[in-house]
Amino acid sequence: MSPGEDVLFWVLAPLMVLVSFGLLVARKAVHVAICMVFVMIGFAVLYIALEAPFLGVVQIVVYTGAVMMLFLFVLMLVGVDASSSLVETIRGQRWIGVILALGLGVILSGVVVQTVFPPAVGLAEANSVTNPVGLARVLMSDYVLAMEVVGIVLITAAVSALVLTHKRRLTPARGQKEIADAKVAALPQGGRLTPLAAPGVYAQNNAMDTPALDPQGRPIAESVSRVLRIRGQQREATDVLLGEHGLVERTSTVAEPEGSAPDEEER
Amino acid sequence: MPTVTSVAASVAASSAVSNEVPASLELAPYVILLPLVGAAVLLLAGRRSDRWGHWLGLATAIGSFVVGLVLLVGLLGLDAGERVYDMALYDWLPGGTLDVGVGLRIDPLSVTFVLLVTFVGSLIHLYSVAYMEHDDDRRRFFAYLNLFVAAMLVLVLANSYLLLFVGWEGVGLASYLLIGFWYRERKNAVAAKKAFVMNRVGDIGLIVAMMLMLATFGSLDFAVVHEQAPAASLGIVTAIGLMLLLAACGKSAQFPLQAWLGDAMAGPTPVSALIHAATMVTAGVYLVVRSAPIFDVSPDARLVVAIIGAVTLVFGAIIGCAKDDIKKALAASTMSQIGYMILAAGLGPIGYAFAIFHLVTHGFFKAGLFLGAGSVMHGMGDQVDMRRFGGLSRYMKVTFVTFGLGWLAILGIPPFSGFWSKDKIIEAAFVPVEGSEWQAWVFGFTALIGAGITAFYMSRLFFMTFGGKRRWNDGSGDVDGTGPQQGPVQHPHESPLLMTLPMVVLAFGSVFLGGLLAWGDSFVTWLEPVTGHAEHAEPVLPVWSLITLTLLLVVGGVILAWRQYAVADVPVTAPPASALTRAARVDLYQDAVNETVFMRPGQYLTRTLVYSDKEVVDGTWMGGAALLGTVGRVWRKAQNGFVRSYAATILGGLIVIVAVVLALAS
Amino acid sequence: MELTHYVVLSCILFSVGAATVLLRRNAIIVFMGVELMLNATNLAFVTFGRMHGDLSGQVIAFFVMVVAAAEVVVGLAIIIAIFRARRSVSVDDVDLLKS
Repeated sequence: MSPGEDVLFWVLAPLMVLVSFGLLVARKAVHVAICMVFVMIGFAVLYIALEAPFLGVVQIVVYTGAVMMLFLFVLMLVGVDASSSLVETIRGQRWIGVILALGLGVILSGVVVQTVFPPAVGLAEANSVTNPVGLARVLMSDYVLAMEVVGIVLITAAVSALVLTHKRRLTPARGQKEIADAKVAALPQGGRLTPLAAPGVYAQNNAMDTPALDPQGRPIAESVSRVLRIRGQQREATDVLLGEHGLVERTSTVAEPEGSAPDEEER
Repeated sequence: MPTVTSVAASVAASSAVSNEVPASLELAPYVILLPLVGAAVLLLAGRRSDRWGHWLGLATAIGSFVVGLVLLVGLLGLDAGERVYDMALYDWLPGGTLDVGVGLRIDPLSVTFVLLVTFVGSLIHLYSVAYMEHDDDRRRFFAYLNLFVAAMLVLVLANSYLLLFVGWEGVGLASYLLIGFWYRERKNAVAAKKAFVMNRVGDIGLIVAMMLMLATFGSLDFAVVHEQAPAASLGIVTAIGLMLLLAACGKSAQFPLQAWLGDAMAGPTPVSALIHAATMVTAGVYLVVRSAPIFDVSPDARLVVAIIGAVTLVFGAIIGCAKDDIKKALAASTMSQIGYMILAAGLGPIGYAFAIFHLVTHGFFKAGLFLGAGSVMHGMGDQVDMRRFGGLSRYMKVTFVTFGLGWLAILGIPPFSGFWSKDKIIEAAFVPVEGSEWQAWVFGFTALIGAGITAFYMSRLFFMTFGGKRRWNDGSGDVDGTGPQQGPVQHPHESPLLMTLPMVVLAFGSVFLGGLLAWGDSFVTWLEPVTGHAEHAEPVLPVWSLITLTLLLVVGGVILAWRQYAVADVPVTAPPASALTRAARVDLYQDAVNETVFMRPGQYLTRTLVYSDKEVVDGTWMGGAALLGTVGRVWRKAQNGFVRSYAATILGGLIVIVAVVLALAS
Repeated sequence: MELTHYVVLSCILFSVGAATVLLRRNAIIVFMGVELMLNATNLAFVTFGRMHGDLSGQVIAFFVMVVAAAEVVVGLAIIIAIFRARRSVSVDDVDLLKS
């Protein structure tokens, strides 16, 4: 080990351990993934330091590049910001887990520290034809059957992923015609043919959160986005109208509701 | 092709075996690969290949033969002392001290077999194109045939007992599939099963032999085993030899495992010709000759081999005299002829080369005879009962002539092929082995009398089929004073060219091959790198008297058969006969013996076992199970279904195990 | 022996990965814990390979990577299938093993 490698290790290793704790404490899965990416890159650097440049590059390409991207994709599929609570549901699991993990770490490290290893040989000889070539020679002679088998495993995995995520259509496809027919059929039960009304537009408000008014001047509740309604972020038409009336009539006194409106919209 | 020469064979080859394969022999893997690919394509392509599948099968077989020829030329181009090569292909099982590689042994013996298998195989492929023309499953048939050829080539080209075993099982599988080719008939499926099971009995022998080799020599490579055999203890080597003999008995239908061969005739006739006459059943002879260094060490094992061969040759000959089914009679004859080969192999160095020589000539004339029988069946609407044939020489000229040449060859009439090989075996049998004269007399006269019986039953077969009067219904209605007008109406006719062509080629082989190979002892010399050079000891009787005696017996047998089956009338139903004949008609009670000695006691044993299993074992375990059930109901509480709990258990177990190991280690 | 440090680091990271598997409930995070464990063993393989001057360690690590990639594909596909059926990625919601 050259001094340079020593320095590299002592800088990188504590950082990797520290960041890996993010897996345990980070609330959002995305943050966990970011931690993982850092640790993976750390691994890659260590591989290169360990005279395994080929593996280092593969680590970055395969893990950091492909595998972690796959994780992020899946995270996006299931909802990025669904942060999971850290409250434990199984009784005692937290303590059991912590104790077991600590025990494992201690016992493994203990074994490693106690063992007397033979003096390191180093890979200078094996890597004399450059690491990738040396690796390829081993891979393509002693392990060529394993290579073939692994190839089959990969293909199987790809196909099985297709099969597993394949969604079988249980109902006939719902095209434009079907939707239109359904709307007509639903008319007697109070359905509607026309699209939903757009949110109301007022003199001084961009009114995504405010219902439109029908010809009689009554607010149409459905015109506001469903999400806003569920979140309770819509405003009553009367508030806005009152505000605008007030603006016209008593400019100085009714400034307050108007000031809060842009704030809401920016969120 | 994986000619990974960098993965060198792990063992040091003996001085005679070279690992540096010359360029002229590097094509060897393609011999196996061609038919293997053919089989794969035919099996995988399914019905799409129905239209051209049989031509593909034929092409791969011929291609394989051409590669075999290249190998032959390559070997001939080398000095006689340098004709044994081990070609490492792949490191199969690299496991510490056991290191098994896939490799090919290329030497005169294996190349001889390659040529025999691929040449006869190609001819039979060609024959089958016509023979199986009206079968819906012709493509499947060719796939199995190709599979068989590939497996047989693996068997003969392997350079270790383990790879040989792969081929050994491969041909067993192919044989099973082909005997039961018309598996919708129960009879055929049962015959296939019988062949398979009896072959497995022999396989146990090969497996035990391999275990013994592994324990003794630490390797299964021919090179290592054969080099170290003389140094091992005599008892072990004898045991290995006897186990190899058991394997040979199973595959080659030798006494006491011969009962399956007759039933194996349930398969299509080309199968009987290729597998159950020319090639697969001779694998036992190959095994014994290939293991010559082992048998050289142990005279006891050799003696047993010779006894088995002698017993079988008489056994088969007697059965052959009584069978009315043309194919079964030929099967009995095959059994008997292989008995000759095994006898020769058991005689030691003086017999190995003659065993292989007879094997090659036999491969030609017996395949020819079987194809002739198939041609007769083809013309007679699948009739196999010889008592329903008779006088066919007028209707099937080509079949008659080719069959007749094969018949003369198997009789051992000079100068036909059989004479050169069989007579040498009889001569060798009369040579005293290590000074013990009684062996020479016993084996010699057994072989001699066997030749006489062979002449009788083969002539019987020949005259009953082609000579004498018509015993089938020609549909003319008139009684004709002779033939009974019963049974299905037959219109015997000559087979198409595709079928007669292979028969003609094989007939040429039956006539000339023996003399050609015996010319100046060329074949024996060619095999010398494998079988070793044998000093010529003198037989106990002068050679000229042996030849005369043999010929006299043969002619006597022919005349006897001619009087009884060509001149006299042959009844269409088997007449009551002596006890020996009746016994011979049912394979000398071999099935009954097997049934009484092995099957019945086996059944009783299993019944007892089942009873004790129910009462004692089940009782114990049911009680135990009830106990466990109670415990399980209690423990079920721990199964909360949470994956993480299970993971915690696994991790806890791991820690405990590591801790225990550490505690024990320190 | 300085190379031991690498092995110790691999042990620690392995333990952290194991703890992640035991403690987190989001299946995706659990999965990342498994990946961390695999990577930790890879580090040990590479280190031992260097110790003995043998490239086999790197070859095995390479195979682990490839198989892990296959495993991720299948595992994530399963997670997605479960998410579709149950609208949840919590491993505690999938407890059908108990009945």
